[in-house]
Amino acid sequence: MQTHNMTMTMVAATTALLALTVAPAMAQDADGRFDIGSSATQEQIAGWDIDIHPDGTGLPEGSGTVAEGTEIYAYQCAHCHGEDPTEPVKGYPALAGGQGSLDTDKPVRTIGSYWPHATTIYDYVNRAMPFESPQSLAPDEVYAVTAYLLHVNDILPDDATLDAGSLAAVRMPNADGFHSDIWPANQADAD
Amino acid sequence: MRINRRTLIRTGGAAMAAGGIGGTVKAQSSGGNLPPHVPEWMQYQGQPYLNPAYGTPSPHEADVVRRSIAGFVTDTAVASWTPIHRLHGIITPNGLTFERHHGGVPEINPDEHRLIIHGLVDRPLIFTMEDLMRFPSVSELHFLECSGNSSTEFSEKSSRLSVQMSHGLLSCCEWTGVRLSTLLDEVGIKPESKWLLAEGADAAAMTRSIPIEKALDDAIIVYAQNGEALRPEQGYPVRLFLPGFEGNSNIKWLRRIEIGEQPWQTREETSKYTDLLPDGTARQFTFNMPIKSVVTFPNFEKSFTEKGFYEISGLAWSGNGKVAKVEVSVDGGSTWQEAQLQEPIISKCLTRFRLPFTWTGQPFEVQSRATDEHGDVQPARERLIDEVGRNALYHYNGIQGWKVAENAEVTNANA
Ligand code: HEC
Repeated sequence: MQTHNMTMTMVAATTALLALTVAPAMAQDADGRFDIGSSATQEQIAGWDIDIHPDGTGLPEGSGTVAEGTEIYAYQCAHCHGEDPTEPVKGYPALAGGQGSLDTDKPVRTIGSYWPHATTIYDYVNRAMPFESPQSLAPDEVYAVTAYLLHVNDILPDDATLDAGSLAAVRMPNADGFHSDIWPANQADAD
Repeated sequence: MRINRRTLIRTGGAAMAAGGIGGTVKAQSSGGNLPPHVPEWMQYQGQPYLNPAYGTPSPHEADVVRRSIAGFVTDTAVASWTPIHRLHGIITPNGLTFERHHGGVPEINPDEHRLIIHGLVDRPLIFTMEDLMRFPSVSELHFLECSGNSSTEFSEKSSRLSVQMSHGLLSCCEWTGVRLSTLLDEVGIKPESKWLLAEGADAAAMTRSIPIEKALDDAIIVYAQNGEALRPEQGYPVRLFLPGFEGNSNIKWLRRIEIGEQPWQTREETSKYTDLLPDGTARQFTFNMPIKSVVTFPNFEKSFTEKGFYEISGLAWSGNGKVAKVEVSVDGGSTWQEAQLQEPIISKCLTRFRLPFTWTGQPFEVQSRATDEHGDVQPARERLIDEVGRNALYHYNGIQGWKVAENAEVTNANA
């Protein structure tokens, strides 16, 4: 039954072709979704959601003092960023100093002179420092070393304690130093 | 007798000593592979196939490599520069795409890699690599440029002598993946969504805030580059790709996207990647790479070898759309001629330009000036510096000059 078989094959092929043509529309459900991927559980998200918003959202419980931070800095940070954080080992970023230098020929951009938000210190140190072992510091330690960095930049007194509330309340010297209205204009239109 | 290269060479040598066979002249010590001689490599079998299974360039191209500088104190918070002066057309081979890492290249097992999308969404979802590859895919050609590319040219005297080291934080590939908008439809973003945070799975846990308009426009979650899986140094197994946006915002090794209302003010969008102006204030979220071009031939390694015809050639690109025009000056910027543009001209992609040229043996300075489809013109270096000062660090797009000496040596006109 050669002919019959061929007809069957052709019908089958035509059906397959039709199915292919309409497939994209049929692949999506009534809401236009493909239903690929699994629900992310609160526990999964919590383990990865490490970011801190400028209003302090995301800051964990815990606290640390300038005194505790001084010690952590000496053991875990000073061999790169310098015993005196205004004088890092050559090639590493200075973590203090530079205030008043931004409009000069030799601007020194540091936490104290340039960074607009104190919450960024917590966020960055927690995710990326110390360089050899990121994400190894406990919340109390990150608060403490953040307090120390704010202190050496003359933003907090030497007896300060930092927690979620007090960190979110810190106002940085260069808080108003940024034009953030660039997007969506391009560089040429932004003048 | 087993035929191998050695025996054949020896036999050939004997024949040569005997004065040649049948009139053919056998290889001689110098110039012996040139006409009228039969080249040595025609006289024995070549290398076998699958040698190696993943092919590599000819050993004679061994100097076409990424290069870096001595100044980095770590070997993981670093950059390497693409040899744009040795490439043809517009595509950057995967092994030559420039690198910029802040915490090294993570060694990720794709089976254990996940992308989570959460925040202001109806359904937070977690995707495996297999999940991501099931979605409808797109492939697009786009350039990628570090916003710090050419930052040395802000200085009174540039420290970079070669176009590789002054303009090589630039590459152009075909990128394949799923539109981010497709994934955002899947999770259902809430009406108040304005920004998203993209986070990498590297030791820097690199993070940038991206406007939701960009995410819904042309952003791609990319898993392939020039036809093969992303290279580890380009974000294997998956990265964010934002056509026309500064390199750093194209988060590599993407593991998480959070939807929110405000930018997060991460270190990389405050301390770094912000453009400091002479008055001490800074521009933030300057995402689009501005219109720019550079001459790549003649260059410090390949220049004119004699008087006569050559093609001056280079690359032009804009983060805001298509390149409309490139002009070339061979008299240090006094007069300009329109260059030929290689088709197809693609939005937010490199465009190759060429100018027929006859070198008379005289020294001269060559420059290029690009204009994009919106009429934005690449500024003179002095005009750019007048406008943004010398401390901006990022988004340098000034006109670049190259001095060609009488001996054809090419040097940076700003050096
Ligand atoms: C092994 C050397 C090393 C150690 C130890 C180290 N850092 Fe760093 N740190 C770096 C490097 C390198 C960078 C720049 C990384 C980059 O290029 O992205 C950096 C950047 C920073 C920055 C951002 C600076 C800026 O202006 O943007 C801060 C803040 C910081 N480190 C804090 C710390 C703290 C706090 C510790 C101790 C807990 C620490 N670092 C330990 C090497 C180190």
